[in-house]
Amino acid sequence: MKFSHRSHLVFTTFFAVLFSATLWASDEEKHEGAVNKPEHVAAYIQHHIKDAHDFHLYSYTDTHGERKHVGFPLPVIVWSSKGLATFMSSKFHHDDDGKVIVEAGGTRFVKLHSKIYELEAGADTVAFDETHHATNAHKVLDFSITKSVFGILLVGLLMFFWFSRLARQYKSRKVPKGFGRVLEPLVLYVRDEIAKPNIGEKRYREFTGYLLTVFFFIWILNLLGLTPLGFNVTGQLAVTAALAIFTLIIYTFKGNKGYWGHMLWMPGVPVLIRPVLAIIEVAGAFLIKPFSLLVRLFANISAGHIVVMSLIAIMVTMKAEIGAVGATALSFILSFFITLIEVLVAFLQAYIFTMLSALFIGMAVEEHDHH
Amino acid sequence: MTVPNLVGAGLIVIGAGIGLGKIGGSAMEGIARQPEATGKIQTAMIIIAALLEGLAFGALFLGK
Repeated sequence: MKFSHRSHLVFTTFFAVLFSATLWASDEEKHEGAVNKPEHVAAYIQHHIKDAHDFHLYSYTDTHGERKHVGFPLPVIVWSSKGLATFMSSKFHHDDDGKVIVEAGGTRFVKLHSKIYELEAGADTVAFDETHHATNAHKVLDFSITKSVFGILLVGLLMFFWFSRLARQYKSRKVPKGFGRVLEPLVLYVRDEIAKPNIGEKRYREFTGYLLTVFFFIWILNLLGLTPLGFNVTGQLAVTAALAIFTLIIYTFKGNKGYWGHMLWMPGVPVLIRPVLAIIEVAGAFLIKPFSLLVRLFANISAGHIVVMSLIAIMVTMKAEIGAVGATALSFILSFFITLIEVLVAFLQAYIFTMLSALFIGMAVEEHDHH
Repeated sequence: MTVPNLVGAGLIVIGAGIGLGKIGGSAMEGIARQPEATGKIQTAMIIIAALLEGLAFGALFLGK
């Protein structure tokens, strides 16, 4: 009971924060970074889709007319020309246009479009060319704990905590208690409905660990992306590409003789067609399969975020036509239902990624009959 | 986005829509004929739909 009260409180706070972000918005020009006009919406959504160096919950203008941002900073860890430099992202004061210069590790940094740049020696301000690219600053190797990195670490820790506790419970009891009861049917579902039918009775155990990890990792991160904290981890190409490469490595190295035989020298077809098929099969195994895995997850989650944010933005874009109250009501109804659909999509995309990974692995380890 | 890009995106969505419609329609027919095979048909339907979706998203992504 205690837990449910606390989670109620957490969710109420989340929604209060979400809506206060829009309530504070007013019509004055000077409110930098505020989303008051249809022109601001696209830039705001683009900014949300990208990774960031801090958590930004909401902004408001206080009674003195000063712009305040509420959120929390994350550490910046970069490898510059002078070596390692670390500082908190709050030093940039939410600047994203290269105006605030931070001195650290013997050199100077600016933040431009959510990326850290190092100012070249002797430069005091960032100069831009016509296409708004910095001319006297260059990118650095960025190992920062960004929003996405934070999300991945958080989910990693949560999964470690939940599943090690679940595993320990089985030593003393048959039926898990607490949150383990939620996880057990999902684990069994992945094992019995995804791993077993696709990989086969004989070898499914080897790969169940990987499939479970991928399933819960994607699913929890997808759900985290629906909270107003602004995570968009599974909508980052780098993350989905890494996941697809894991699957690629597994089915490439676990592939048996039959798999490679069917890929490189297809039995049962005329000899002249075999090289053509080999080209198609190699392209399919090394390019098309991982590419379809990574693009599907990335595009679904990014598209979902864009749709939800566009519907929330109706309260800004349609304010002139149907009034503030009507626009807010419309945007609330639409975004509420699309968010429900997104909860389904979060599960479906985790399921499909796991399912196709299992299918690809199953194709690679399948025992072929001799023709 | 330029006009050719938008037209291309529209064509991709039309193609993907036709494909998804055919998959969904056939799955419905199959389920109506053999309700006991619903689970298997649904799994196969989702896999094919996912493959199709991957193709459509790949094309949209390349054309962006």
